[in-house]
Amino acid sequence: MDFALTDEQRMLEETLTRLVTDQVSPEQRRAMLAAAPEGASPLWRTFAELGLLHMPFSEDVGGLGGDGTDLMIIMQALGRGLVPEAYLAGLVLPGQLLALTANSGQQTEWLTPLLEGEHQLAFAWQEHNARYDALAIATQATQQDGQWQLTGKKDVVLNLEAAAASLVTARLDNAKLGLFIVPANAPGTSTHLYRTIDDQPAGDLTLDNVTLPPANCLSEDVSDALAEVLALGRAALCAQAIGAMEEACDQTLAYLKERKQFGLPLSTFQALQHRMVDMHLHLEQSRSMAILAATSLTLPASERDYKIAAAKAYCGESARFIAEQAIQLHGAMGMTEECYVASYAKHLVMFDHYFGDSDYHLETVSELLTAA
Amino acid sequence: MNLTFSPEEQAFRAEVRHFLAEALPSDISERVRLGRHLRAEDHLRWQNILSEQGWLASNWPKEHGGPGWGPVQRHIFDEECAAAHAPTVVPFGVNMVAPVIMKFGSAEQQQYYLPRILSNQDWWCQGYSEPGAGSDLAGLNTRAVRDSDHYVVNGQKTWTTLGQHANMLFCLVRTDPDAKKQAGISFLLIDMQTPGITVRPIITLDGAHEVNEIFLDNVRVPVENRVGEEGQGWTCAKFLLTHERTGIAGLGHAKQALRHLKSLASRIEHRGKPLLALPSFRHRVVKAELELMALEVTNLRVIAAARDGGAPGAESSLLKVRGSELRQELSELTRRALGPAALPFFPDFLHGEGSLDDERAQSAAASAQYFNRRKLSIYGGANEIQKSIVAKTILNM
Repeated sequence: MDFALTDEQRMLEETLTRLVTDQVSPEQRRAMLAAAPEGASPLWRTFAELGLLHMPFSEDVGGLGGDGTDLMIIMQALGRGLVPEAYLAGLVLPGQLLALTANSGQQTEWLTPLLEGEHQLAFAWQEHNARYDALAIATQATQQDGQWQLTGKKDVVLNLEAAAASLVTARLDNAKLGLFIVPANAPGTSTHLYRTIDDQPAGDLTLDNVTLPPANCLSEDVSDALAEVLALGRAALCAQAIGAMEEACDQTLAYLKERKQFGLPLSTFQALQHRMVDMHLHLEQSRSMAILAATSLTLPASERDYKIAAAKAYCGESARFIAEQAIQLHGAMGMTEECYVASYAKHLVMFDHYFGDSDYHLETVSELLTAA
Repeated sequence: MNLTFSPEEQAFRAEVRHFLAEALPSDISERVRLGRHLRAEDHLRWQNILSEQGWLASNWPKEHGGPGWGPVQRHIFDEECAAAHAPTVVPFGVNMVAPVIMKFGSAEQQQYYLPRILSNQDWWCQGYSEPGAGSDLAGLNTRAVRDSDHYVVNGQKTWTTLGQHANMLFCLVRTDPDAKKQAGISFLLIDMQTPGITVRPIITLDGAHEVNEIFLDNVRVPVENRVGEEGQGWTCAKFLLTHERTGIAGLGHAKQALRHLKSLASRIEHRGKPLLALPSFRHRVVKAELELMALEVTNLRVIAAARDGGAPGAESSLLKVRGSELRQELSELTRRALGPAALPFFPDFLHGEGSLDDERAQSAAASAQYFNRRKLSIYGGANEIQKSIVAKTILNM
């Protein structure tokens, strides 16, 4: 039992904290969000120089072999700064799927340049009628004359615009779930691009008889790999939410100490102190759950999924609680776009809508609950 | 980071489990399991067994006759004891006054009192709260006036747990009414046989005689029974409140309560199906399971920090708040699970020697325990006080 970070992990944490402080101030973040996507951003190139793009991948595929704790450290720092880079959606998740499914030719073509920072990808798994269910997929993939034909629509694909290609799940004729790599602008694809309410670039991807060569089929039975990558994504999102919760708590506490009413700092009012403490309690309990998730990634699938579902459900409710308290304790200021804590509040509330909300994950826990 | 116990720690757990299976008398564990009160001799019988094993004073260092365990071993021991329905060791001697005597007591006090605690010769109780000093403990009024080599103590203490069995009382008294309120307090060790001490029972809403009020009327206490300097009592009290609070979450008890609840709700039927399948009930059990998972990891974080030399500080307030809330929720769900069977009340069985048929015996304690567990968010510093401690010490508000 050990909760201490290794020396390398502490260095990683310090480096990232400095990077986020120096390069992702509220003003810098606004500028980054306003900039048109044109290849790798300066920050992404810094990520590459720091080895962050190699960190979460195993040494077998050219990565640095980072574990769940390393990923937690990175995601937490990104969450603290609400860093507008698609580290998880554009690198980690599609990269892990490739690492689990791609043959060496496919790895050379798609995974190597991803780790080198030459391109980003997207992971297109959600569908409108499937809600959070990654297996209830209506997109069809059929084989004709040795080629694959894909037809369907993928919902809220993160990082779609910047991605060189999307990893798309589709139902095969034998009812199994396949995984395909669909290059951006492949004939038959069309996109509807937008931002989410918490500032993530996303879009819908429509596939209308998209023809792909056999080399673009990554897997004809991707269920296990999909479950593994979704678990990783959920654990990573919990860690990111911890970073955002920390920052929302810090900003709220600072505001309570600085803002005066009735001639006294708000932090002297007991009703507000106890609300602030409740935020802190939610944060610390959620941190424990995020640690549980990060250290569960290598467990057998059912145990892993149980613990990660528990963590995602728990963090989802805490994140919303902290967001709502942060707005309330900032008073009317918390309602403004200008107030930076509002960006965190939006991120924390919408956290529940990525990769399954609390209801979804409570159901998983409930199904796996042992009677005694 | 990793959350697994080392092979040595797992072996220790197996050793504790084996010991409990061998040494814990079944009539005692059965009383604990059924939620019946323990007689003084039940406590003593079990504590003598622990003492013989060298495990009574689980938080004592070896030099004073403890097993020299670290926080991880103590955690494992507590968890296994709760799972085996072992009685909780009466904490006032071993866990409360002893660390104060070790830290602030004279060599004579250590040589006299510590072995007597270790051998269960003395049964200690706590004289802290007063009718006018609850959460505001430093507002206490029990007065000790120096009369040559004695203090003459007058006042009233209350909520004294198991004081009816005690022969020794550790007591906060006001020695200097003119000093700032924390500065005028001293820490006295009082023999309960001294003339002028009256103990009266307080019956709690579950019908139990667990707590008492103690009246002190011109009680003469030798000056050598003061621990630390005159006016240093608040330092002792605060030390006691922050000392070794890693067990404060009551994790072992919460785990045992959840296991019991799930097994109960699997057996009890609701419209032909296990109650545990009823969505609204199951939802609350699932939420409790999640809270327990979070609390367990938080508890381990605090234990690991203590093991690595950090002092468990205000985090124990967090554990106390969330742990007490969880245990209260579990007692609520257990009571609800029983349905109408939670209604009958058998105080003679729960608090005395009355007997009951087996079916009723199994469910007799649930409602009384639910009411008894309300104390968890009140004692040891009410949860609202804990939140104010966190606000002050962690958040600097």
